[in-house]
This record gives sequence, structure tokens and C-alpha cells, in this order.
Amino acid sequence: MTNTVQNGDSVFRSYLEDGDRKGILAWILSTDHKRIGILYLACMIFLFLAAVTIGVLMRVEQLSMSAPVFSPRVYNAFFTVHGVIMIFMFVIPGLPAVFGNFFLPILIGARDVAFPRLNLMSWYFFVFGSVLAVSSLFTGNGAPDTGWTFYAPYSIRTGTNVTLAVFAAFVLGFSSILTGLNFLTTIHRLRAPGMSWTRMPLFAWSLYGTGWVQVLATPIISITLLLVIAERFFGIGVFDPAKGGDPLLYQHLFWIYSHPAVYIMILPAMGAITEIIPTFAHRTIFGYKAIAYSSIAIASVGSLVWGHHMFTSGMGEVANTMFSLLTFLVAIPSAIKVFNWTSTLYKGSIELKPPMLFALSFIFLFSIGGLTGLIQGALNVNTHLHDTYWIVGHFHYVMFGGTVMGFFAALLYWFPKMFGRMYSEKIAFLSWVPIFIGFNMLYFTMLVLGYMGMPRRYYAHLPQYHTPHVIASVGSFILAVGLVLFLANFVIALFKGKRAGQDPWGGKTLEWTIPTPPPRENFSEIPVITHGPYVYNPEVMP
Amino acid sequence: MSFEPGAVHKDLEGAKLGMWLFLFTEMVLFGGLFLLYSAYRAKYTADFHRSGQELNAVIGVANTIILLTSSLTVAVSVTALQRGNKKLSLICLGMTIVFGVAFLANKYIEWSAEIRHGMFPNSPELLNHPDGVKMFFGLYYSMTGLHGIHVVAGIILLSFMFDFVRRNKITTSDYIKLENAGLYWHLVDIIWIFLLPLFYLAA
Repeated sequence: MTNTVQNGDSVFRSYLEDGDRKGILAWILSTDHKRIGILYLACMIFLFLAAVTIGVLMRVEQLSMSAPVFSPRVYNAFFTVHGVIMIFMFVIPGLPAVFGNFFLPILIGARDVAFPRLNLMSWYFFVFGSVLAVSSLFTGNGAPDTGWTFYAPYSIRTGTNVTLAVFAAFVLGFSSILTGLNFLTTIHRLRAPGMSWTRMPLFAWSLYGTGWVQVLATPIISITLLLVIAERFFGIGVFDPAKGGDPLLYQHLFWIYSHPAVYIMILPAMGAITEIIPTFAHRTIFGYKAIAYSSIAIASVGSLVWGHHMFTSGMGEVANTMFSLLTFLVAIPSAIKVFNWTSTLYKGSIELKPPMLFALSFIFLFSIGGLTGLIQGALNVNTHLHDTYWIVGHFHYVMFGGTVMGFFAALLYWFPKMFGRMYSEKIAFLSWVPIFIGFNMLYFTMLVLGYMGMPRRYYAHLPQYHTPHVIASVGSFILAVGLVLFLANFVIALFKGKRAGQDPWGGKTLEWTIPTPPPRENFSEIPVITHGPYVYNPEVMP
Repeated sequence: MSFEPGAVHKDLEGAKLGMWLFLFTEMVLFGGLFLLYSAYRAKYTADFHRSGQELNAVIGVANTIILLTSSLTVAVSVTALQRGNKKLSLICLGMTIVFGVAFLANKYIEWSAEIRHGMFPNSPELLNHPDGVKMFFGLYYSMTGLHGIHVVAGIILLSFMFDFVRRNKITTSDYIKLENAGLYWHLVDIIWIFLLPLFYLAA
């Protein structure tokens, strides 16, 4: 793609040209962390678009009150598959697998991750799991219809293809565990000389917190999913009320993983935002330590709040109260981050480039997501809002407005470094307009719908909900147009983009000190680190 | 690997750290089952007590002794290799594998007997029993079954290590693979130490 790059007096070949093998094998057998990151990116864009399409089809269904375009059964499959793909194949692995793989070793001054071959194996697990999940749609007795949560006892009774989908999630979990394990070891062992913990870029810190959650929480979903399979094959009964089992225990086990998983999703996005904001505010990050430690605080307190998904399940007053309290506590470290980002902007010299615009959108949309989370974290309000469109709106503000916007911001920020090409900033700005407008039309309306009482996962709706449903659907179409425009921009840039320089944004972290695109081994000489990562005004840095 | 041979730096500490992280995930994996066990045991205390009496405690204890001894032999094997005694290392590794197979053979005898009595999940016999008994046996098969799978994985892993030591791919100076495999085997052992009292000695 690019020719040799000159850097000072030495000549480098970029990682894009420097492979051991020819053609596709140079990619799918490569243990280079950068190539593996690109492999993930390619798979995920495809999966993301598939899940977006299903999401839009659901909104098509809701354009009419009762005469459905798709049968109820198909609609059930839609929300299940949309959730499974988005959660397990895009939002959970998204930032760590793509940008974590590509940039973590570079950010800490290493040549690769600690276990390069294991890293490639994780990608194969990811592909295998994705293929299984997608094939669960077309094989067996129909696509799974349980919702992405696979709640027992329905998931152990339904005749649809739940076993395959559940096994796919198990395999994807394995991929996630191995990535987390790899990153933790990398951060512990491969930091460049002089890179103390408090000189580490904050994206690396967020991956560190994420890595621990991946390693310590994911096995719980693994065993839970295996038990669902065992229930379906052997009828062991542990989640089956007919045999004395307790389906509530399924919910507990499921959320013991799946709530921390929310922080697997959001922490790396927060980390990426933390890299972007100082670059475009031309100012040192405000409160480095507070941001670093709040990542760890989020990871640890976030592991203790799973019960807030179960307030109406009848698990008891004491448990409800405790979980509600902890839910309010976990908002504190998240808020610390938001305050630090805004404080970084204060008196900064802000340059509104596309990555910055998406980063600021992240802060705005994530704040709505976080604050609506507090509203539904209150016990009495939750009784009204549980299982309504409010919840759907809330988690899309966090997952889409948060993680995916963070993903987009990171893509805009790092794309020139990854591929050596510059995209059109104009189109990037232009695509932001339909994305932002469509997003809020779609999901804010959902918050209103839920407050009005519209339950989630219904294929039809009553007349009083019709107008908001139409508004939301139109919003989803606008959003989809924006997404296509946004992604097309990168495809064009890959072939026709102008060459990007070594440091197009004026970033100060290590990735901007090496050639664009990076040479295969990142650093010809491992750098010695003498100061913190964001030296815009050196006099205030430690 | 992506570095030129001279630059390859084998990080033994890192390899061990990675292994320990992996062992954490295994503990949490079983942790989910222990959580279910404790919830159901609290709910069906009497039934668990009664069901425990139906298990063959002799085989359970025999298997405990077998696994504990195998942990000793694998530890000796690692130390022997560290001190340059390849032959002793191979003998001990071979013994560990034999112990693992013996464990599985016992398990087979035990499970066959239970199944002959009709005590297996979803069997007409078991469905006639109270809910607590169904839970006990559901968990018994899940937990010892998952543990059994780990024993099988451990045997395969140790067989590879045996081959590596034999062909000098694992040596006195580079034994981290063997050490990590040994750690894995100890984990399999430790989990069994918890399974024994929870099921066989529950009576």
C-alpha cells in the first residue's frame, strides 16, 4: 500500500509490506499485533454492518402498529441476533481487539504483545465463534429467539437453535479471556525502560482494568453457558424449576459476568477518548492519576452491581437495596472521568478535528447514558421502567453513544497511523450530522416511549405509542445513512487517501514518534521513557 | 515470532504470569459451579446429606490419594529436570500420567455403577426422587464431569511435555513449559480436594 518511508536518515519498511508470506496467508498466519488488529477490524466492520441492518429491519417492523412486515417469530430472532452480534462480536471485543492490539505494545514501547502466537489464536477463536453464531441463524430449528440474555427456563425449553448460539458465545468468551490475559502480561512485563505505571498512557491503563475484568468475569459466563447446553442435552436441572432448580440463579450467574462486561465495553472507549482530548486541546490531561485509578475503581466496583438487572425478579429487599446503593457508587469514578475530560478542555486551545468532534459527542451521549442509568438504578423508578424501551434507550446511549462513538473517534484518530492514509475530513464532519441527529431521534425517543410504558421486545405496539415509534424509525434510517457515509469515507481513503505524515494531529504519545505506518517491529530501538505521556506544557508534568 | 532470532528474549516470568492468570480463570470457571452448589445445599440440606451417602466414598478417597500422589510426582519431575536429572524427570512424568489414567478408570467404574442404579440426570429413577436429590446429582455430574475433562486435558498436556523432555525441547535451562504444565496439574488436584468433601463426605 505504501512505499518505503523515510524517517531521518534510516529507511523503514512498514508492517503492511513486511510479511513472511504472500497474499492472504501473510495476514491470517501473522503474529504481528498490528496485522492481527487489522484482521479484527475487518471482521468487525462486517459484523457491525450486519447487526445494524437487523436493527434497521426491527425499526421497519415498528413503522406499523399491528400488521407486521415480519412474523413475530422472525422479530424475536431479530432482536436476539442483533444483540448477540453487537454485544459478543463487536462491542465487547471492539476496542481492545482492534486498537488495543494495534496500539498497546506501541504505547508502552514494546515490539509486540507478550504472547504473539496466543494472540493470533484468539483471533481464530473469534472467527470460529462468529461463524458459529451466524450459522445458528440458518441451521437447526430456526434462529434463536431468547434475546441475547438466554434467560432460563425459556432458553432450555425453546426448540430453536439456542445450543449453537450459546456455544458460539462460549467460544467468543474464550477469545476475550485470552486477549485479556495477553494484555495484562504485556503491560506487566514489556513496558519500555523508564515507563513506570504513572507514565503509562491512559489508554493502556484502561486496557489494564479491562484485562482484569476479562480474565476474572468471563469464566462465569463460560460455565453458565455450558450449563445451559448441559441442561438442553442432559436435563441436569440446575436452572429448571420443574426439577427444583432456580432460574433466578441463572440470572445471577449471567449478570455476574454481563454487568462487568459493560465495563469491558466502556473502559477502553474511555481510554481512547482520554488519548484524543489532550491532543486536540493541546494540553496535558487533567488529573492523570484520578483517571488511571478510576479505571480500576470502575472495574472493581462494577463487578459488584450485577443485581440491578434483577430488581423486579423478587430476589429480596436487602439485596435490592445493596445493589442499588452500589450502582450509585459506581457512577462516581465514571463521573470523575467526565469531569477530568472537561477540565482538560478548560483553557485548552481546542482544535475541532473529526476525532475531537466524535470524542466530544462521546462525552455528551455517554453522560446521557450514565445519568439515565442512575434514574433506573433507583428502586422505585426501576419498577416502572424495567423491561421497557427506556432500558433499550439507556443502554444504547451507553453502548452506542459511548463505546461505538469511542470506537469511531479512535478510528478517526488512529486510522492515518494504521494505514498511512488520510481520509476526507469534510466527509467525516458531514457524516457526523446524520449520525448525531439520527442517533438522538432514535434513542431519545426510546427513552420517552419507555417512560410512557412501551415494553421492549414486542413486535407490535398500541396506538398511543405509534407517533414516537415512527419518529424513532425515521431516526434509525437517518443514522444508517450517516454510518454508511462514515465508513465509506475510510474505504475511499484506503485507496485514494492522501499520504499521512508521522504525526498528523500533533499527538505526544509514543505511536506518533515512529514512522507511518509503523515498521514491523515498531521501534528500531526500544525507547527510554523520561517523562509522562502528555507533555504539552512540560512544566506541569512529573 | 516477529523478531530476528537474536532479538528473541524469552520471558520466563511473563510465561509464568500468563499461566497464573489462566489458572485464575479456571478457578472462576469452577467458582460458578461452587456458587450453585452452595445455594442448593443451603436450600436442600437434608437431601444433600442423604444423597452423599449414596456415593462410593472409598473410590472418592482412593482417587484423592491417587491425585495427591500425582501432584507429588509432577513436582518431583520439575525439580529433577531443574537439577539436570532428565531420566528421573521422565519417570516421574510418566507416573503422573499413569496416575491420571488410573483416576479416570476409577471415575469410569464409579459413574457406571451410578448409571446402572439409574441415578443420572433426567433418568426416570432420579425424577422420582425429591428435588434436592435431583440437584445433588445434577451438580455431581456437572462438577465431577467438568473436572474429569480437565484431567483428560492435563493428561494430554503432560504427554506432550513427556515428548518434549525426551526430545530435549524442554531442558534444564528452559523448563518453563513443564513447570506451567505442572501448575495446571496442581490446579486439577486442588479442585478435586474441594469436590471430595462437598460430594462424598456431604453425608
